[in-house]
Amino acid sequence: MSADTVDPSRRRFLNWTAGVVGAIGVGYAAVPFIRSMAPSASVEAQATETVDLSKIEPGQRITIQWQGKPVWVIRRTERMVESLDSEELVAQLKDPDSGASEQPDFAENAYRSRDPGVLVMVAICTHLGCIPSYRPEPGGEFWSGAWEGGFFCPCHGSGFDLAGRVLDGSPAPRNLAVPYYEYLSDSRIRIGKPRG
Amino acid sequence: MNRFIAWVDARFPLTRMLREHLTEYYAPKNFNFFYFFGALALLVLVVQILTGIWLTMHYKPDAELAFGSVEHIMRNVNYGWLIRYMHATGASAFFIIVYLHMFRGLMYGSHRPPRELVWIVGMLIFLVLMGEAFMGYVLPWGQMSYWGAQVIINLFTAIPWIGPDLAEWIRGGFAISDPTLNRLFAFHVVALPIVLILLVGVHLVALHEVGSNNPDGIEIKETKDAQGRPADGIPFHPYYTVKDLFGAVVFLFVAAVIIFYFPTVNGLFLEPENFEPADPLNTPEHIKPVWYFGTFYAILRAVPHKLTGVVLMGLSILLLFLLPWLDRSPARSWRYRPIYKQMLLIFAVSFLVLMYLGSQPPTATYTLLAQVFTVIYFAFFIALPFVSRWERPRPVPDRITGKG
Repeated sequence: MSADTVDPSRRRFLNWTAGVVGAIGVGYAAVPFIRSMAPSASVEAQATETVDLSKIEPGQRITIQWQGKPVWVIRRTERMVESLDSEELVAQLKDPDSGASEQPDFAENAYRSRDPGVLVMVAICTHLGCIPSYRPEPGGEFWSGAWEGGFFCPCHGSGFDLAGRVLDGSPAPRNLAVPYYEYLSDSRIRIGKPRG
Repeated sequence: MNRFIAWVDARFPLTRMLREHLTEYYAPKNFNFFYFFGALALLVLVVQILTGIWLTMHYKPDAELAFGSVEHIMRNVNYGWLIRYMHATGASAFFIIVYLHMFRGLMYGSHRPPRELVWIVGMLIFLVLMGEAFMGYVLPWGQMSYWGAQVIINLFTAIPWIGPDLAEWIRGGFAISDPTLNRLFAFHVVALPIVLILLVGVHLVALHEVGSNNPDGIEIKETKDAQGRPADGIPFHPYYTVKDLFGAVVFLFVAAVIIFYFPTVNGLFLEPENFEPADPLNTPEHIKPVWYFGTFYAILRAVPHKLTGVVLMGLSILLLFLLPWLDRSPARSWRYRPIYKQMLLIFAVSFLVLMYLGSQPPTATYTLLAQVFTVIYFAFFIALPFVSRWERPRPVPDRITGKG
């Protein structure tokens, strides 16, 4: 090969291959940086939490922390359970069958729970993450329509029924999330799936 | 001394840079009040970096310790209260200055060709500044820090498909927690300041390449004197360094009054809720952003649909990037464009009304008002290409009129 002839197509090929290989290298090098920001092993370790149901009065709500998130456990009274079947209420819901919402398969029903009497729910508004307040009694000035009892988010005004189903006219797009849980005995539940 | 400078000049373009950017940088002679804010922004940047470094010496980026360490700065560290109040007041001052600086650009058409890049880089600075301010507000780990972070990071969950996973990755946990605080600290004190300083450098180099605009919106380079200098230009140093020094003294006087006598400005610069430690199990009754985010927050809340609200809020900022191309008038300055002047004033009023509404609880009346003013806000961008084409500007002079 003589020094005074330059083949531009070979040069272009070399430039492109070097560029592509370099970009792939940068892509791989970025992986540890991106992965290091995901929840660490110690955060993942807070995966389950056990709750004693016998200490909750009918109609009472307790708040526990699971994976750093507030979770409600509520013993619903019969009146509260019945209110969930009212046709008037169902007509006001954005997602009555919870088809677009986040819950385990066992909670994809009108009560959004394994047992209608016990509600376990992540207390984070699906709009922008505030904690809604518990308003179990019917009636109230804060809601524009008839209030049958449920949860109301003071930040941006989303309303939910007593199964965490979002009411029409709320900025929240989906029902409140239900975490995975199972009964260890009649009165004890474990929230979250044990890992490993 | 001269030999030393010659020695440096042979190795680094010191004298040439001083000439190009100060002693032989010709700026129009009719700069008015609104031209203080570029230099003041630079001054505040320096103050924020210095006070920030000193705060870092005592602050602890740990969810258990952060709130206490800020109280420690306020009560135990010598002059800690002063340094923290300077930093907090500086943050709000930064936004007052930057909003006026941006408004100046829109008044006199400083964003119009050939200064599009100056504007784009300036908008990038504004975006980084918003990130920097948000993250800084989270660090004291008070109630408003915590729940503000919760709302802002949850904006990402509106993104279809990847939203929830993306938010978890940003938080580094299932909820806002210690890893979140730690990384926001890293971004606030290292990553974003570096980007900010770089962008400010690019902003200035781009400005000095095309030259400053002026209240008449005409090119001073087009009329030159016998020496080939712009006839209506004066060297930046000493003329404008002296003017800016005067502005800096007035600004520092006002800032000192706030820092010493009203550091919280009645809950506007430092919100009372943030003097309570963060509680992940208890949302404050009324979550509101600091005043300078009010406009964008009001637009978010005005829309009763999550994704649309987030998209409109994003657009309300992103559309500003497009202004150099949306405005198609042959004249730059609003002095020669009476209809544009009315439009811009209405836009500024809607910006301020939304800013107020963003700090108020979302009652039915306020939400309706926010919707009305959101429509007015966006109407400005939609009408601008047509109105600027259609409006025939009054005759624009060739030389600067002499009115400040």
